[in-house]
Amino acid sequence: MTSEYILRIVDLHKNFGDREVLHGISFNVKKGETVVFIGPSGTGKSTLLRCINQLTEPDRGHVYIDDDEVTGCGHRISEYRQRIGMVFQNFNLFDHLTAVQNVEIAPIRVRKMKPADAREKAMEELRRVGMQDWADHYPSELSGGQAQRVSIARSLAMDPEVILFDEPTSALDPELTREVLEVMKDLAKSGMTMLVVTHEMDFARSVATEVIFMEGGQIVEQGPPAEIMKNPKHPRTREFIGKIAEH
Amino acid sequence: MDTIIFLTRILMPALWQGLIVTLELVLLTAPFGLLLGIGIALGRQYGGRGLSSVCAGYIVFFKGCPLLLLLFMLYFGLPTIGITLPAFTASVIGFILCNAAYNSEYIRGAIKSIKDGQMTAAQALGMTKVQAIETIILPQALRRAIPGLSNEFIYLIKYSSLAYMITVVELSGAAKLVATKYFMFNESFLAVGIVYLALVTVTTYAVDRLEKRIAIPGMVQTSSG
Repeated sequence: MTSEYILRIVDLHKNFGDREVLHGISFNVKKGETVVFIGPSGTGKSTLLRCINQLTEPDRGHVYIDDDEVTGCGHRISEYRQRIGMVFQNFNLFDHLTAVQNVEIAPIRVRKMKPADAREKAMEELRRVGMQDWADHYPSELSGGQAQRVSIARSLAMDPEVILFDEPTSALDPELTREVLEVMKDLAKSGMTMLVVTHEMDFARSVATEVIFMEGGQIVEQGPPAEIMKNPKHPRTREFIGKIAEH
Repeated sequence: MDTIIFLTRILMPALWQGLIVTLELVLLTAPFGLLLGIGIALGRQYGGRGLSSVCAGYIVFFKGCPLLLLLFMLYFGLPTIGITLPAFTASVIGFILCNAAYNSEYIRGAIKSIKDGQMTAAQALGMTKVQAIETIILPQALRRAIPGLSNEFIYLIKYSSLAYMITVVELSGAAKLVATKYFMFNESFLAVGIVYLALVTVTTYAVDRLEKRIAIPGMVQTSSG
């Protein structure tokens, strides 16, 4: 029997040296949900995302995708990473490849897709993020917002079951932020399961199905956005939301 | 003897023969020196502790060992333990070992200059480390290493003359033989100097063309000296 959750995180712990970054994190995500993580900087939100696809190896705890355990799977990790997309704060597009090559490279190399089919798929994903006219441009020729949209397309091209967004708009100015958030909003609407670390409260309010407030490597409070943003129960959450609202 | 006749009848045919040998030495060495250099750079950068130390040791040894000494060991030393190499083969092996050590340093420097995010993003897409190195890291690193690698290639053209010390009559050797036989030192050495200059100039031009052809907007070439 498969569980109703596409992603289950059980009691994740991570230390860097003697600094405890994740202190027993557990939560579940259903298919199609958009979970937004908020909280002060340095509270382990990005580390949490990196522990989910094992770019950072957690010290303890378990990650399951569709009931398959991701943690401790050894070299099979690259199979799981194909199912878990990731979008980075600094885009990390491959500098020597054009936009369309960036999107098609993983389907070709990892999935052994025929180059012609991969190109077709890549163009489709670029259209989805509105970047089809920039297919032949190199990353350095794109604005930050355009680069981030290409990196979202790159992630989509692997048909992931979940996409992790690690502060996708933190390196962008407000105008470019908007174009990236629009794409993410469309994705959420299309039923993609998304985990988003962000400081964009409007996005959390309007798109999230669940908001998780983290501090000190722990989940302080979680719930639907209306509840967390309007009536936070925990004083720390209240303080954080209040501080953000001032800006 | 008339200088013109010496130049056209004696020196030029001799240099031509020598040039062919020099080109054979260089063109046989360069590809293997590059491949071995890539291997050592990757072993040093991504290998486990053992492999990484072996590669580091290789670099220290072959950078530290005078090339002439290395050639002597390969040509005069090895026969005493039962391995006899033809002079040409011994030269090429010596050159490859030396060339690879320097190439690997340029390549490793280029690999280290690539942002961590490139590897991270590749792995996040489901690439194994080997796939990420092949598809993402090496194509970028080799582009950045071109200036260093081409310098090394130019050195190779010039130090290939050391092969003469173990009896391979290449360009310099050919000039030396003719010069002493006919007592025409200035003419011979000047002429051979011009040939080397031409080789280096052609190489520089070719590398320049190559760099322009594979240049990618925004990927800055690191210069090296």
